[in-house]
Amino acid sequence: MNTIIIKYNAGNIQSVLFALERLGVKATVTDDAAIINSADRIIFPGVGEASTAMQYLKERNLDTVIRSLQQPVLGICLGMQLLCNHSEEGNTNCLGIFENVSVKRFIPVCSSDKVPQVGWNTITNLKSPLFRNVPENSYCYFVHGYYAEESEYTIASTNYTRQYSSALQKGNFFGVQFHPEKSAKAGDIILKNFLSL
Amino acid sequence: MLTRRIIPCLDIKDGRTVKGTNFVQLRDAGDPVELAIRYCDEGADELVFLDITATTEKRKTLAKLVRDIATHINIPFTVGGGINTAEDVTMLLENGADKISVNTSAVRNPSLVDELAKNFGSQCVVVAIDAKIIDDTWKVVTHGGRTPTHLLVTDWAKEITNRGAGEILLTSMENDGTKNGFAVELTKEISNAVHIPVIASGGAGTMEHFATVFQNGDADAALAASIFHFGEIAIPDLKRYLQQQNISVRI
Repeated sequence: MNTIIIKYNAGNIQSVLFALERLGVKATVTDDAAIINSADRIIFPGVGEASTAMQYLKERNLDTVIRSLQQPVLGICLGMQLLCNHSEEGNTNCLGIFENVSVKRFIPVCSSDKVPQVGWNTITNLKSPLFRNVPENSYCYFVHGYYAEESEYTIASTNYTRQYSSALQKGNFFGVQFHPEKSAKAGDIILKNFLSL
Repeated sequence: MLTRRIIPCLDIKDGRTVKGTNFVQLRDAGDPVELAIRYCDEGADELVFLDITATTEKRKTLAKLVRDIATHINIPFTVGGGINTAEDVTMLLENGADKISVNTSAVRNPSLVDELAKNFGSQCVVVAIDAKIIDDTWKVVTHGGRTPTHLLVTDWAKEITNRGAGEILLTSMENDGTKNGFAVELTKEISNAVHIPVIASGGAGTMEHFATVFQNGDADAALAASIFHFGEIAIPDLKRYLQQQNISVRI
């Protein structure tokens, strides 16, 4: 099986590479459309700012490439947000896979609410093969200042200042807000599930 | 619910942990990778590695070590010590570090924080602040506490937050090594002054100290070294205790 990680200007993809390596998978990092199209599994990671990431993808026509993918795609963190319709971060239109899903900034409810959310939180209402053998309320590691609203595509929810989508799925497109590559055992299971979908 | 984090810290010199441990089960108590795996298995939420190696040649050892850690553990880890430039950060991130921490270099050149946040994202920029009481106020000290500055800790915490820091690692030099508890009032003051997470450090001696800094100090995370290395407090016991105190932890 051929797993690739989409290379773009958003953040630290090394952690994802190392996580896959721990699972015995050697992934290729590329922004070459032909290689991306021919892959069996595609991981779309990312930490960074939404509007600059979108601009970068558009300039290289990667937005069109990603939209047309038929094989399983996993967006992680910013990668998941970019699969949504629109993000308040830099007020940018995104790839629109999860159409009608907007990405909004966390608004602190009390003084102890920090933005971004950093740390371990639970994922609940799990409903996708992505979460096979992952117990309800498993802890995953999150770092994000913006969240995706809940929608018909929500396959996991998390609560931080409000209830939001910690994972989304539409057909072959999956997105997780947390970092499975840094989420201890639960994260390893989720990555394995994705690779064996 | 977002949990409070427990973070063991390992001091590294020439690729080895230096404060030592008395973990009899470890083949080699000085091997940071082995120790990291152990903490990971015990339920540590993150790890911090502080490199106290000085020379350039030895820094290559650090790159190799970071890579070794990254291939073995599945929780986030921060690497700090002697980071002066974006190139230093690139080297660490390329080898698998999730976050880096800067301290003295940020005080010397505050725009470094902006540069790192812009290039790598705030999520990987931890600014470590060493605090000491000078003339009755909490001031920033650098070079491992040896050099005093005129910066007020609260002002500095706000400034680095505005410059794009993602987290603050706050160490009280008054408490560090005492095992008499964290600087609770200082932690609370800083945590309430900024909107980014604050990691309390320095002074952990008992499980009660952790509960106090979470409940009364508004710490988002707490860091300790020797009490974990010497097995005085086991992480699973600490987390069970905190849970009994109604503090949300990952178990």
